[in-house]
Parts: sequence; structure tokens; C-alpha cells
Amino acid sequence: MPKVKIPTPLRQYASGNSEVEVGGGTAGDALGNLVEEHPDLKQHLYTGDGKLRSFVNVYKGDEDIRYLDGQDTEVSENDELSIIPSIAGGSAGGRCK
Amino acid sequence: METRKPLVQSPNGAVDLSNEEIARYSRHLIMPEVALDGQKKLKSAKVLTVGTGGLGSPLALYLAAAGIGTLGIVDFDVVDESNLQRQILHGTSDVGRPKVESARDKIKDINPNVEVVIHEEALTSENALEIFEDYDVIVDGTDNFPTRYLVNDACVLSGKPNVYGSIFRFEGQASVFYAEEGPCYRCLYPEPPPPGLVPSCAEGGVLGILPGAIGTIQATETVKLLLGIGAPLIGRLLLYDALGMSFREMKLRKDPNCPVCGENPTVTELIDYQEFCGIPQAQAAESVDELPEITVSELKEKLDAGEEVALLDVREPHEYEVANLEAQGAKLIPLGDLPHRLSELNQNDEIAIHCKTGGRSAKAVKILQDAGFGNVYNVEGGITAWSEKIDSSVPRY
Repeated sequence: MPKVKIPTPLRQYASGNSEVEVGGGTAGDALGNLVEEHPDLKQHLYTGDGKLRSFVNVYKGDEDIRYLDGQDTEVSENDELSIIPSIAGGSAGGRCK
Repeated sequence: METRKPLVQSPNGAVDLSNEEIARYSRHLIMPEVALDGQKKLKSAKVLTVGTGGLGSPLALYLAAAGIGTLGIVDFDVVDESNLQRQILHGTSDVGRPKVESARDKIKDINPNVEVVIHEEALTSENALEIFEDYDVIVDGTDNFPTRYLVNDACVLSGKPNVYGSIFRFEGQASVFYAEEGPCYRCLYPEPPPPGLVPSCAEGGVLGILPGAIGTIQATETVKLLLGIGAPLIGRLLLYDALGMSFREMKLRKDPNCPVCGENPTVTELIDYQEFCGIPQAQAAESVDELPEITVSELKEKLDAGEEVALLDVREPHEYEVANLEAQGAKLIPLGDLPHRLSELNQNDEIAIHCKTGGRSAKAVKILQDAGFGNVYNVEGGITAWSEKIDSSVPRY
């Protein structure tokens, strides 16, 4: 089954897993199965109307699915999907007011 | 070795190295990729680091040691004890000093040849372009989304590369956003997450060594860009996982519809980034939706008067271990478990909820209110305020 790599900030919503095996023939199906298995992830990945949030990027291998076929991107047995959210940490200074 | 156009032109006779500098930089001078000409380029280079914290520390230290001629530093913070676990520019004796001052002293100690330009102010839409103007490369080591978008847009508008790094817990990201040659930060993330959805390092924690790994990658990319050597991280997002000890790389593409660097940009000047990141709306929503609150002093009075107030702590067990209000009768139910453990609480009790500083407990108050609890309130400032105002023997973390 294809694997989805879960980044640190989202692991707490995926029972602490860093990697989850999911079924599904497309990226959209795979992510759908993922949030079905881990419902707490849903609000972090999708907007209220079911679209992937714009600060969450999904890659198949090293390609952003936005530049493949989006949620319709085919995923097969050995594919690896990665969820890469934006993170802002760095230094406590330089903050803009 | 791939070569590209260096960001700094060969200064030739315009810049000279003293004998002291030649001795200092000898390990650079004997490498053909740097050599005398490259070292002179570094000396004539001007690099701005935004933030002198976790990422800014290794960055500034290595760039200074490498012989960057002018290092600008932007920061308005003062050194706090909780910084010392990772911000190696600052020492124990610097606690309470402005970070730009301890940064300058440390940089000057490592390499007195570096000219340090201090910008002790917050980077804003009003001053960013003017500050950036004097520099060849901008290195982003900030800790929040508004400043990240501000740095990105100001770099795109001024045509300068933005050497990006970001960290969280055990993971880091690095890239070079240079709109002249590739994608910018907005091509990768068109919009920031709504406030509160992604925890900051202050809330989520960070391995102290992690910014060392990412900051030195940023320093490496900066030097490569200045010298015009190697393959920079333009169009690539480097992901570092300290726990798995692995590096991965994702392809980044320039988005033709990018609002700032795309074909028909709609952002042609700096905007209000707090607004863009939804911070005023979030604050307004909070104040409209006012939660019942209690100060630590009021709580202390109630407890001292023997009133029956149930104290609920919604932090994580590992935080409880560091500091807790067990003596005051606090019960621990982590926020994430709260919805499943409501049966352990009595709806008719008066319940004061606390966390570290008041953010998570506000969410817990909402959860209990929604579940029909009528008499719950948030302890303002959390256990940190308790430690500051009531009992300093409770450790602050």
C-alpha cells in the first residue's frame, strides 16, 4: 500500500505515527482514507468545504501534486506521499509588529 | 563544480586583505573555489540576518568567521534564559541584554574585521525595503508567519535572494527563494495557516541543536551565492529530520499565478502582514467571544478563602512533571484527552482551568462550555503567571 509521511506538527493527530500506510488509487483517495483513519487530522488538512488547505503541500515522491494531477494524481503500491506543512520557527527576535 | 554568476563582483584592487586576514583565512585561500578573489568577494559582501535567535546564531557566527565584510542584524528582543538552550550567540552573562548587543560583541570577538550593522527594531512594511537596500543577501531566521511573508515579499520586490530556514521540534526546512531565478516562498505556500493552528517553537518546543543544522545550511547557501559556486537550493526544498537523521529534497516550481513573483503580480508593494496572516481577526474573534477569566491573584484569594474551586491543568504530562499546582489540588487532563474525559469532571463545580500561559486553557474553557459546564473560567497567564506573581518556587519553563 502507498505510504503517507506525517510531519512532526501533525503527528499528534495521527496517533503519533510518522508514517501511515493507506489504500487508494489517487492522492485524494489516499488522503481521504488517512483522515478517515485519523479523524483529528481532517481539520488540519482540509478547509470546511473539503479543499486541501493552502499551507499544506502534498508531494508524491519529490513532486508537488499541484504540478501533477492534484488530488487525482495516481498513486500506486510503492509510492510515498509526503505532507509538508509550512512551519515558521526560527528565532524569537525580528518579529514584525 | 557548477559555477554561476556571483552575487558580489570581483573587487580586485578595491579590497585588500591584510597579512592578519591572509593568515586567518588561509584554509579558504588554499581552496581554488574560494582563493584570494573569493575571500575578497566575501569581504566586500553585505549580508542581513533577520533575527539573532536559534537560526540567526549559527548563521551569524559562521558568516563572521568566514569573513563576510558587513553583517547586518535585525532584532529587538532581549536575551532570556530560555534562549540559551539553542541561541549560541548569547551567553548566560547576556541574559537581559538586547540581543543585537550580545550578538555584536560575540561577532566582533570571533572576527574584528567584520563590520556589524545593528538594526534594533522590528522589521516592518515601512522599513523593510529601506533596510534591505544595502545588502546583497537576506537570510531569514524569524519565528513567525507575518515576518516570513514580509521578508519574502520585500526580497522579491527588491530583487534579492532570501535564504530561508525554518524549524519545529526535530524537523527543519531550508531553501533559497530567489524570484529572479526561481520560486519564492509564496509559490510554495500561497497563504499562511490561520493563527493558532500551527504551534510555534515556544508552544511546541524545539531540539536545541536543530537550528544549528539548519542555520549552518543557510550560512553555506549564503556563501555559495556570494561566491557563485556550487548548486544553490533555488527551486529545491531541503527537509531535515533529526530523529530519523535523514535529508530529503522536494522540487519547487515557480507559480505563474504567484501574487508577488508571478506573471501578473497583484502584490506590488508591501502590505499589512499581520492582517494577511489573520492575526487582527483572530484577536477580534477572541475578544468578541469573551471567555470568563480569572487572574492568578483572584484564584489565590479564592483558594485561601477555602472556596471550592476545582483546578484543572490541561497541559501535557511531561510539562506537569516540570512544574505543577498539585499542592493547590490541580487535576491533570491534557487538552487532547479532554473531550473523551469529561465524565471525570462535575458539571456543577466551579472549575478554573490553567495551562502554561493561557492559550490551551482558553480552548478547554470552550470545550467545557460547549459540553454544558456553566461555571468554568480561564486562568490568565497560566502557571507562568502563578510563578511570576504568586509563588516563585514554581519553576518557569
